[in-house]
Amino acid sequence: MNFFDRLLGRTESNSSHVAKNRLQLVLVHDRVDLSPGKMDQLKDDLIEVISKYVEIDQHGIDIALTNSNRQSRLTAQIPVVNVRK
Amino acid sequence: MSATVITITSGKGGVGKTTTTANLSAALAACGKKVVAIDADIGLRNLDVVMGLENRIVYDLVNVVEGTCRLRQAMIKDKRVDELYLIPAAQSRDKSAVKPEDMIAVVDQLRDEFDFVIIDSPAGIEQGFKNAVAPADRVLIVTTPEVSAVRDADRIIGLIEAEEKGPADLIVNRLRLDMVKRGDMLTTDDVIDILAINLIGIVPDDEKIIVSTNQGRPLVMENGSMAGQAFRNIGLRLMGQNVPFMSFEQPDSFMKRLSKFLMG
Repeated sequence: MNFFDRLLGRTESNSSHVAKNRLQLVLVHDRVDLSPGKMDQLKDDLIEVISKYVEIDQHGIDIALTNSNRQSRLTAQIPVVNVRK
Repeated sequence: MSATVITITSGKGGVGKTTTTANLSAALAACGKKVVAIDADIGLRNLDVVMGLENRIVYDLVNVVEGTCRLRQAMIKDKRVDELYLIPAAQSRDKSAVKPEDMIAVVDQLRDEFDFVIIDSPAGIEQGFKNAVAPADRVLIVTTPEVSAVRDADRIIGLIEAEEKGPADLIVNRLRLDMVKRGDMLTTDDVIDILAINLIGIVPDDEKIIVSTNQGRPLVMENGSMAGQAFRNIGLRLMGQNVPFMSFEQPDSFMKRLSKFLMG
């Protein structure tokens, strides 16, 4: 929204952006049939398995489903804590 | 002649499948093609009223499938356009009266005689949808720029791919430019970005569609409406022509131009 729009009192509610974001999020889960609840379980299981081998920073974990061109991808960023022996 | 069989579907109901089927069929026929439209929405027949042919039904698709009439007897000729026909759905039966193999068999009998067979699919993803898609050479998905319709379209795209009927093409129907400009409606680009599918048409919201449905006369039969022109353009694209998308942009207002000039 530019200066003149604001000057003329035009407000931009931009609900279309909200719609787009919500759709993108819901479709990522629809396409792989994985609900947000299941996603949390997957995250917990992943932490458990990986923790058997390396020490990880549980708060820095970022697991996400993404989509590009109808290809779904599960990405995980898992910070490993360095342990000095 | 070897027909192209096109199924019009959407997932969600009420987005304009039947209107699209009626208008594309009439637009193709007006271009000199021989066209038959088939209403595959058994039990909820409507293509007949939208095309204005409801008073001439004697036999329907289920009669053909069950062998109580010949295929030709169920075909209603539209007298307003050359070479446009309708095969109506049965009204007092349900989707289980027809199986996908039946649809393939009926459509195969039409392939030699017609240029286009256009099938109006019911809403949903069950039997009726499967019947409608079974004989298709290509699939057009109709959506409106709303979250529920786009979500259902996404599901349909996945099912079409699974049935190996893809890639489907998309029609964005009932686009409201005033709302797009305000930022209160998904743009066509947003929808394409989300669904990652080829766009074959954009149809603006047009109250003349309701008038044309009231009268039982597809909008493409008259000149001078945006939606009618949009459907005619889709027809030309289906015939393989490269038609640019219509520009729905209104000329900028004085204040808009002034603000653009001052703001760069």
